[in-house]
Amino acid sequence: MNINQLAALTPIITLATAIIAVMLTIAIRRSFVLTSSVAACGILISLLALVIAWQKSPVQATLLIQVDAYALFFTTLLLSAGLAVLGFCYDYFKDREGENEEFLLLLLTALLGASVLVASSHFAAFFLGLETLSISLFVLVGYPLKQSRPLEAAIKYLILSGLSSAFLLMGMALIYAQSGALTFSGIEHLIANQLAMNAMILSGVILIVAGLSFKLSLVPFHLWTPDVYQGAPAPVTAFIATVSKGAVFVLLLRFFVSTGSFANTTLLTVFSIIAVLSIMGGNLLALLQTNVKRLLAYSSIAHMGYLLVAFIAAGSIAPTMAVESVTFYLVAYFTTTLGAFGVVSVLSTPQTEADDIAIYRGLFWRRPWLAGTFTLMLLSLAGIPLTAGFIGKFYIFTSGADARLWGLLLAIIAGSGLGLYYYLRIIVVMSMNIEATANEPKASSSAWISIAILSALSLLLVWFGIYPNHLVTIIQSVSNTVR
Amino acid sequence: MILPSLITVLCLGGFAAWFSECSNSDAPRWVAIITLVIEAVLIAGQFCQAKRIVILSTGMSPTWFADFYLPWIPRFGIGFHLALDGVSLLLITLTVLLGFMAVSSSWTEIRSRRGFFFFNLLTCLAGTIGVFLAVDLFLFFFFWELMIIPMYFLISIWGHENRTYAAIKFVIFTQVSSLLMLLAIVVLVLISHSHTGAYTFDYFKLLNTNIAPDVAIWLMVGFFIAFTVKLPSVPFHTWLPDAHTQAPTGGSVILAGVMLKTGAYGLLRFVIPLFPEAAHHFAPVAMTLGAVSVLYAAMMAYAQTDLKRLIAYTSVSHMGFILLGVFSWNTFAFQGAIITMLAHGISASALFMIAGALQERLHTREMESMGGLWSALPRLSAFALFFAMASLGLPGLGNFIGEFLVLLGAFKVNVVLTSLAALVMILAPVYSLGLIQKALHGPLQNQSPLSDFNLRELASLGLLVLATVWLGLCPQTVLDVSAPAPKQIMQDFVAMEH
Repeated sequence: MNINQLAALTPIITLATAIIAVMLTIAIRRSFVLTSSVAACGILISLLALVIAWQKSPVQATLLIQVDAYALFFTTLLLSAGLAVLGFCYDYFKDREGENEEFLLLLLTALLGASVLVASSHFAAFFLGLETLSISLFVLVGYPLKQSRPLEAAIKYLILSGLSSAFLLMGMALIYAQSGALTFSGIEHLIANQLAMNAMILSGVILIVAGLSFKLSLVPFHLWTPDVYQGAPAPVTAFIATVSKGAVFVLLLRFFVSTGSFANTTLLTVFSIIAVLSIMGGNLLALLQTNVKRLLAYSSIAHMGYLLVAFIAAGSIAPTMAVESVTFYLVAYFTTTLGAFGVVSVLSTPQTEADDIAIYRGLFWRRPWLAGTFTLMLLSLAGIPLTAGFIGKFYIFTSGADARLWGLLLAIIAGSGLGLYYYLRIIVVMSMNIEATANEPKASSSAWISIAILSALSLLLVWFGIYPNHLVTIIQSVSNTVR
Repeated sequence: MILPSLITVLCLGGFAAWFSECSNSDAPRWVAIITLVIEAVLIAGQFCQAKRIVILSTGMSPTWFADFYLPWIPRFGIGFHLALDGVSLLLITLTVLLGFMAVSSSWTEIRSRRGFFFFNLLTCLAGTIGVFLAVDLFLFFFFWELMIIPMYFLISIWGHENRTYAAIKFVIFTQVSSLLMLLAIVVLVLISHSHTGAYTFDYFKLLNTNIAPDVAIWLMVGFFIAFTVKLPSVPFHTWLPDAHTQAPTGGSVILAGVMLKTGAYGLLRFVIPLFPEAAHHFAPVAMTLGAVSVLYAAMMAYAQTDLKRLIAYTSVSHMGFILLGVFSWNTFAFQGAIITMLAHGISASALFMIAGALQERLHTREMESMGGLWSALPRLSAFALFFAMASLGLPGLGNFIGEFLVLLGAFKVNVVLTSLAALVMILAPVYSLGLIQKALHGPLQNQSPLSDFNLRELASLGLLVLATVWLGLCPQTVLDVSAPAPKQIMQDFVAMEH
């Protein structure tokens, strides 16, 4: 390993060091405030280390990891999202009983896994990253040990996620058996040529697609999503919705671009069916929900469907445009989803998780800023202008129309119409009169870190929605480097 | 610089109104009035400058008075491009006039959360003015969507008994249809990109894009649906009676007076010039829809017992005339459509204000429980009679001029449809006089003392009476302002055919 490769790996190394530091801190002195500060510093330092890596990129650091602008951009996004989740966690757990310090440790390992995932160019790094992420998540989901819902969610997630990882591993094994290579570049064009595909590669690809679809909670692999979203503590739900799904999508896109698999039209047809099912299924099922976390879970299924449309578009347009669309949409989706679950997390008290829609009644008049933030996030999810979600949707429309995916675009339009209904329903409930408020929860203690993060997210959301130029320029330069 | 300030003044005024509530709950309405006065001064400035020569961006015909351009998202050739011509100047004037009316009619009606109410009212107006000014398709879509959200809040927070349903229905109808338009915009831009190699959303650069006829018809339909939902025309009109009936008076005034006009404006500004051939082929369908709207909505209006619902259906009926006029392809019909937009904006708003005033006094919109109001509320009743006459197309008032010009223009193109649509001249008096008879004549049902119009209401409605009479007696002054734009459309079309 030469000095360049080492420099390129500094963010990951820093993060790993931070994990050890957090572990030692806990061993020396149990203090939630102290541990949180160490963890936050760790993330901040690795964000700084990204600057070093950026100057050296692109670098193929060992066989496993490819540090290029694409990987570094998403590492930045993931680490920032991790920092935001850490802030929410601090306010969420500070008043709770129990030993919550290890929670932060697991958050960092999950981030490490995600950072490896977005940079991997090899099946081994892919699997290691994914498993580091998933295993941390099992524990994070079930962290409030004494409550039944989180435990149920954790068990469900553990079993189904384990199964999907097994699928994934089997798929990799089958492809390896045929090609003898584990690097993405080694299996280039193996999947692309659908006529030359034999049963072994075909089953391998099917297994990998199924495994990844599970992690992305695409219909028909979505069954775990609502339960896990509902059961997990709100900040963890935010983490699953953004970091975990985002990292897997980033990997999926890199895998397809670098192996040239977009040439396989049959596979794209399969993805198109999955996309339509996800858009319609997610939106239709969300209509029936009265639980905000479940509702957001189904809406995230639909959003993954929208994202998949831009992904499929790469089959017929220049991949850079598709990568650009996916990247912008992911940034918008991260900002929005973090904001939405952040509000849920701020409203949650140690006694009750704020997921029943009744808790939101009259929020506009009780806590106007919080309700305003939530409204902004919901409007962004619905793709209304002034918010980043609109520009994201515009990007998807542009790539979809360029690739002539009319059916998929009509599905998005229909899905957006349905989506509007349930997003507006939450806004309606929030704007109802206070007199009708049912069970007013006690005013929670000041959560100023979360409030600060939410304000920053709202500002970003509006900034990207009104003047996306800076972001677009960066994303354009990033997407040009993907190979 | 005046064009962007037209929008920013309203936005800033909206925020000022919101925050002023903290000091005094009466402050927001004064802030709203002051904002609208500033806006009116700016527009008056534009009228004075209308004759001055200005330097325009490339590709713009000299029919435009003013132009403002800033790059916005260069990646896709999107610019913050605003421009003003006669049609948009008239519609902006209408918007601000009705803005005053909306504030006036909300003066005492809105008692709770005034700050947020006037914020939404002003931002809604800002979005509408943006729609009338934008000549970048992306920017246009941006404003098009932006005006929906404040209106949604106006209906869903301050509306009447069934407000949630009405508000959500309104947003979903407009949103889904506008996504079809977004798709059409994107495809249009991609086609232009494939010809020139550069992305642009600029109206003037897209005007002469060479589109294959079979694609053009689809793109045109995408725009057409978005605009006819907003207009609205049968079969996309079902959101309107609900939204208008449930909205607070101020909201109804903006909806009927201004927001419906954005649909008509879109047809005139975008559908016809961008896809002249496709629109020409499509004209019989569109005209049929227009004629059906005119008749069907007039019959529906007669069957209503809810005063606001009745007025809402008359709006659909009048908007049918606009559809008929726009797709008749001649200067008469275009001009008639523009006059109808203005005249209907005034008369429908006035009727909604009267209905709102009645509801404030009687706490009902049902005409069955009115009756005999003439003796109790003579001033209100007189205004109601006047605007009912205006709405049925009494010669000498604005609506007559508009409808007459539309029928004159359309008759040259399609005799059968025009004759059918002209039957509304029988139906309109039936529903208008029915309204007068049920609500104002007969024995007085409500014996409790009622207060007649006060000075504020007299002044607002008096202003609208003057405007209607002006449009009816001196339409030429308005026609002169709007004339260049339809002429330009006709010239372009004739030039294209040769």
